[in-house]
Amino acid sequence: MPFIPHTEEDEREMLAAIGAPDIEALFDEIPPQLRVQSLDELPVGLTEFEVMQLMYARARQDGRALCFIGAGAYEHHIPAAVWSTITRGEFYSAYTPYQAEASQGTLQSIYEYQSMMASLTGMQVSNASLYDGATAVAEACLMAVRANRRAKAARILLPRSLHPHYRAVTLTAALNQGLQFETLAYARDGGHVSLEALAAHAAQDFTALVIQQPNFFGVLEDVDALTDWAHAREALVIAVVNPISLALLKPPGEWGAKGADIVVGDGQPLGCPLSSGGPYFGFMTTRMQHVRQMPGRIVGGTVDVDGRPGFSLTLQAREQHIRRAKATSNICTNQGLLMMAGTLYLSLMGAEGLARVAATSMARTEELLRALTAISGVRRIFDQPGFHEAVLSLDRPVAPVLAALAARGIQGGLDLSAYYPELGAALLVCATETKSSADIDAYARALSETLRPARAA
Amino acid sequence: MTLALREPLIFDYSRRGRGARGQWPSVPAGSALDTIPAALRRSRRPLLPEVSELDAVRHYTRLSQLNFSIDTHFYPLGSCTMKYNPRACNAAALLPEFLGRHPLAPVEHGQGFLACLYELQEMLKAVTGMRAVALSPLAGAHGEFAGVAMIRAYHRARGDLARDEIIVPQAAHGTNPATATMCGCVAREVAVAPDGDADLAALRAAVGPKTAGIMLTNPSTLGVFERRIEEVAAIVHQAGGLLYYDGANLNAILGKVRPGDMGFDVIHMNLHKTFSTPHGGGGPGAGAVGVSARLQPFLPLPIVAREDSGSERAADGRQPQYRWLDERDLPQSIGRLTTFGGNAGVLLRAYVYMRMLGREGMRRVGEYASLNANYLSAQLQRAGFEAAYPARRASHEFILTLKQLQQQYGVSAMDVAKRLLDLGFHAPTTYFPQLIAECLLIEPTETESKQTLDAFVQAMAQILGEAQADPGQLHGAPHTLPVRRLDDVRAARELNLVYQQAAPGQQAAPG
Repeated sequence: MPFIPHTEEDEREMLAAIGAPDIEALFDEIPPQLRVQSLDELPVGLTEFEVMQLMYARARQDGRALCFIGAGAYEHHIPAAVWSTITRGEFYSAYTPYQAEASQGTLQSIYEYQSMMASLTGMQVSNASLYDGATAVAEACLMAVRANRRAKAARILLPRSLHPHYRAVTLTAALNQGLQFETLAYARDGGHVSLEALAAHAAQDFTALVIQQPNFFGVLEDVDALTDWAHAREALVIAVVNPISLALLKPPGEWGAKGADIVVGDGQPLGCPLSSGGPYFGFMTTRMQHVRQMPGRIVGGTVDVDGRPGFSLTLQAREQHIRRAKATSNICTNQGLLMMAGTLYLSLMGAEGLARVAATSMARTEELLRALTAISGVRRIFDQPGFHEAVLSLDRPVAPVLAALAARGIQGGLDLSAYYPELGAALLVCATETKSSADIDAYARALSETLRPARAA
Repeated sequence: MTLALREPLIFDYSRRGRGARGQWPSVPAGSALDTIPAALRRSRRPLLPEVSELDAVRHYTRLSQLNFSIDTHFYPLGSCTMKYNPRACNAAALLPEFLGRHPLAPVEHGQGFLACLYELQEMLKAVTGMRAVALSPLAGAHGEFAGVAMIRAYHRARGDLARDEIIVPQAAHGTNPATATMCGCVAREVAVAPDGDADLAALRAAVGPKTAGIMLTNPSTLGVFERRIEEVAAIVHQAGGLLYYDGANLNAILGKVRPGDMGFDVIHMNLHKTFSTPHGGGGPGAGAVGVSARLQPFLPLPIVAREDSGSERAADGRQPQYRWLDERDLPQSIGRLTTFGGNAGVLLRAYVYMRMLGREGMRRVGEYASLNANYLSAQLQRAGFEAAYPARRASHEFILTLKQLQQQYGVSAMDVAKRLLDLGFHAPTTYFPQLIAECLLIEPTETESKQTLDAFVQAMAQILGEAQADPGQLHGAPHTLPVRRLDDVRAARELNLVYQQAAPGQQAAPG
């Protein structure tokens, strides 16, 4: 019996202690008409060897393509020490640290994580993680409504250049609570939110402005001007950032005259494998004045009865298990193990390693853009500076081109036509430090050959 | 095991100029900076550790040794189903092809992965009796959000706009009322009858034209099976509401009775409980949702579909067999809940677990979880402890009430919980459900042996003896862990949430 240790003798003795004739008797309170008749739709059990053979085969079927897709999930080198350490059973198989004395390892790790994220984003406090980048934006919008009592309407400005999935998730999460969202256009030449686009909303009462830096197109926003514009209207600023980029880019806490108010993003680039979309972790940092409006677990330092320092979950009166219907969120289980991955990653990289990852990724992307735009029919769409991602325009529909590249084992980027039809045949591409010059050459050659036959025809 | 006593902060190991250089890209950062406008550049370095790889590995390994975990300790945390996490599940999910696959990669490069997810959906349908399953919610509470959002969407689609009340039993998990609020509903609590079942009169009085639905766990949070579930379903359905099943306690009935057969319209499953994916010190989880036919159009996206062999798409031999369903397939969907398709790595672990168990193993889960709980309850009562519902069968968990211990010796449930830590056992859930005074909610799970349970009974008996002989010993517990009881009031009043780098000549902030 897989994972059940009982011998026949154990079972006999246990039933005798209970005073039950057999195990079936333990279910005698369940109305008989409800009992399961058959589980025949389920397959029969496999041994570990058999299931691993199956999984090896499934993995081989998927293969390992050369990936130039970014769009919110980025392939970075993950030091071997990250996953070998966090999959230790003491981290992997523990639960939420409710019993603080028996969970100091997890609690101290969270405190260290909070410290690193607060410093990286230029803020004062951090929580212990949220689910992912998209849900973190949604939670930030709900938090902004609680934190900004000056605004009359629960209205949030969302740029159209925010990750489209973040926009979609935010709408799913927040519409039931009556939040309103306004879309901010992006400049067609630069791909950034222009101050002219803001003018349309200048007279409107709103709670918060969301700014993604770099935005979904990889373009850098004029964050100082946007932040000051929102603050001049007594709105809060929610920054959505890629944590790797913060090694080089101004942290949100220093945006404009006063700095952003809430900072969120997806921690995936920090030690989490692509893994078909998860598990990743969302992060959130803010100013001390808003800490009681923050959702999720928070760890604080304190002392024990003997005065020895230690750590415990704190400000729990914000949370569902205490406050129930009045909690800041229903979140409890978050993404603890991935937060651990992020903590290990940041410890191993340090400020210098992180800056090198960011700079090398930027350089690789520049190299990729030079190689691809040298091909006839391929050009850059936006003229503003960017980070490690950019939008290209092709002279024909993108989908068949990507399919032809995929058949050669190259994932050439993300087709934007469904998300941004106004951009025409647009392709979002990304290269991180994991892409070599040979990889970039291989992509450029394949794209050139894919585009050539149609031109000859 | 011996626990290391104390470990400094990672920042205490930091030395300017040190680093895990083998992990860094070889090119210094300088050159790329030119393309970033000066006003957008970072001017001061973030406060991150400067440590060697050994420093980091040793530090976090030592921190890990300060934790209790399933791998090191019996962990009878009620409502959390802390069963063994099989290693094969982790090994399979960490295969490089699965780890390296981008979430937006073409489905042609993911047929193996998608086949696993599709089959997981099918197995979850079979074992819960639901019509359709979506895997994207990232935790139990996220699944709850999806479920209540679907209930709202269902009523709204019928033009039934007044239904904004969610009924929750008094003893419900805190997530239930919190979820109702997040979905723009009002949570309305109903009483529980003295025997632990629903108070049907209170329920009848609570339902009406404003009822959107009811959220229930079954077995309930009181550790007993809700015997009047069919009447509950009838009352709520007749009032026009829907039934939500909180899958926190699904382990108790796995293979024995299915939520779909009990009349539930929507459920969430905690794959990190029932299907044994690791709890990870607070996640990641996965909160897959299942629905009856009437809620199927509202499922969250994306969902994995298999093209039938007769279909137009499949007939074209070049089309992949598995694909993601999107808004075009499910126009009434509540929408997207996650950046991508869910906690894929968690889903793969659950898939491997279910394939290893198969249909026979699945039934044994509910059976042996119930055997262990009933045995432990019987033995603890023999040892002198009081069960909250002695006349009832335990499900996979049960409640002890220590109110007599409190009255006679001034020993609280917290004292007992902390003393258990000294004796090498993780504490049960304490003070939940709040309905029961001085309670311990104990869930042994099916993966623990009789010998472990007997040792736990012995420890509890010892504590009972100590309560009578030397209650002070218990108030002061734990005595042998890295820290003793922590000052939570100070933690909340004098907030110390991040490490502050000491200025030259000063001492670092406490930590």
